[in-house]
Amino acid sequence: MVTDPITSEALVRASGVDLRIGRTQILSHVDMTVGRGEIVTLVGPNGAGKSSLVRVVLGLLAPSGGEVWRQPSLRIGYLPQTLNIDPVLPITVRRLLALAGTGSAAKVLAEVGAGELAERALQDLSGGEFQRVMLARALLREPDLLVLDEPLRGIDLGGQLALYDLISRLRRDRGIGVLMVSHDLHIVMAATDRVVCLNQHVCCSGAPEAVSRSPEYAALFGTAAARQLAVYAHQHDHTHDMHGHVVENSDALGGRP
Amino acid sequence: MIDDFLIRALAAGVGVAVVAAPLGCFVVWRRMAYFGATLAHSALLGVALGLVLGFDLLLGVAVSSVAVTLIVVLFQRQRLIGSDTLLGILAHSGLAVGLVALSFLRGVRVDLMAYLFGDVLAVTMGDIAWIYGGGALVLATLVLIWRPLLALTIHEELARAEGVPVLRVQIAFMLTLAVTVAIAMKVVGVLLIISLLIIPAAAVRGLSRTPEQMAILGAVVGALSVVGGLFASLQWDTPSGPSIVVMATVIFTLGLAVGAMRQARA
Repeated sequence: MVTDPITSEALVRASGVDLRIGRTQILSHVDMTVGRGEIVTLVGPNGAGKSSLVRVVLGLLAPSGGEVWRQPSLRIGYLPQTLNIDPVLPITVRRLLALAGTGSAAKVLAEVGAGELAERALQDLSGGEFQRVMLARALLREPDLLVLDEPLRGIDLGGQLALYDLISRLRRDRGIGVLMVSHDLHIVMAATDRVVCLNQHVCCSGAPEAVSRSPEYAALFGTAAARQLAVYAHQHDHTHDMHGHVVENSDALGGRP
Repeated sequence: MIDDFLIRALAAGVGVAVVAAPLGCFVVWRRMAYFGATLAHSALLGVALGLVLGFDLLLGVAVSSVAVTLIVVLFQRQRLIGSDTLLGILAHSGLAVGLVALSFLRGVRVDLMAYLFGDVLAVTMGDIAWIYGGGALVLATLVLIWRPLLALTIHEELARAEGVPVLRVQIAFMLTLAVTVAIAMKVVGVLLIISLLIIPAAAVRGLSRTPEQMAILGAVVGALSVVGGLFASLQWDTPSGPSIVVMATVIFTLGLAVGAMRQARA
């Protein structure tokens, strides 16, 4: 078992969380903490309870046992797993952001690299554009904690890397904590401080490199997957923009050397 | 010189249409057309209630609408009966019980057609006071809950995570819908009320880029439907309520065509 690093300031803490829905045990005795300025990624197979844990942390589901502590007056920015805006509702990006908060829409859109999208109808956006707009919307609320449930769905690999870079830059610039769910094992490790492997209970958790070497992780995902992750970390010597083009590493993009 | 009864009819009809359209936008966005129809149909039970117990009919309708709303909210917690089935049961049992109850009122002459299809040419100054009082209440409530209601219409779970009091906002919205049904009944009758809610909203979807645009344009279309429908009804001696709905449908069809042409050009 890999031990958690000591975090400076906890934003949310789940202690011994149990969740049963009907007769199905979804989560059993889960401990997890997200601190300020920390990126925590939940990984695990389908049906492992990742989204359920997120919803417990957010207060959308009441745990059957254990407890969830949230820092008082914690501001949460949330990107749910399924986000479809019904086309029967007309709405532009600018209007969506104006409804979400009083801050400058132009500033947050620029921050996520979506400045040119302000006047577009939400239903006309591509998957990657949409995720960036929703991220901008979450940032407008000036969150202490950003919760992203599979933010990479429907985005190509290059776009995924750019989104990860964006998230780690936001963490650095704003000092916010990030809780992410992913089953895209290949790129989880790139910009994560701590990985929590979930399969109803916490199998293992800790720094990405340590987790990928742990036997619990290999048992859950197979040794081949674990090896691929290691290989991937070495290959990551360039970055991609949202459209998948290879670009030079630079501080502006938050690329890893 | 326009006759007094026509001025009263115009005032009542336009008042209802301007209130109904913005509310109808949410009915369209939240896919609650069937809920609206249920409220309206079961309003006949409220009419019977008012006649039997001898209090104001609008009050009777408001009571029955609130009751239906609460039943629907309570039944949302169970899963054995689908919500469309439940709404179907409520709509038609409300209508049926109302018709049966009215048939027992032997002593009173009841103009059933007026309740079913509206009789806007017979509105009194008292009715207009009800319409404008209730309408002002509905619009004020809608302005108050606009942001949270829109947030939970866009994504309910997201709104909940961000601290929107979802249940309270939903109930407030359903109650404003109930009041709207009560004040609209005199104009178009219980069977046609839902059309004043959803047709103007649907007519302007293709022309709108924001929710607020759709609500305002919808109110304009609603008012035009009332004015056009009333004059057509006088011109050709057709029933006023259905004429208003026919006019709304004509505008809806034109709106579809204009929206399609815009899209083709873009």
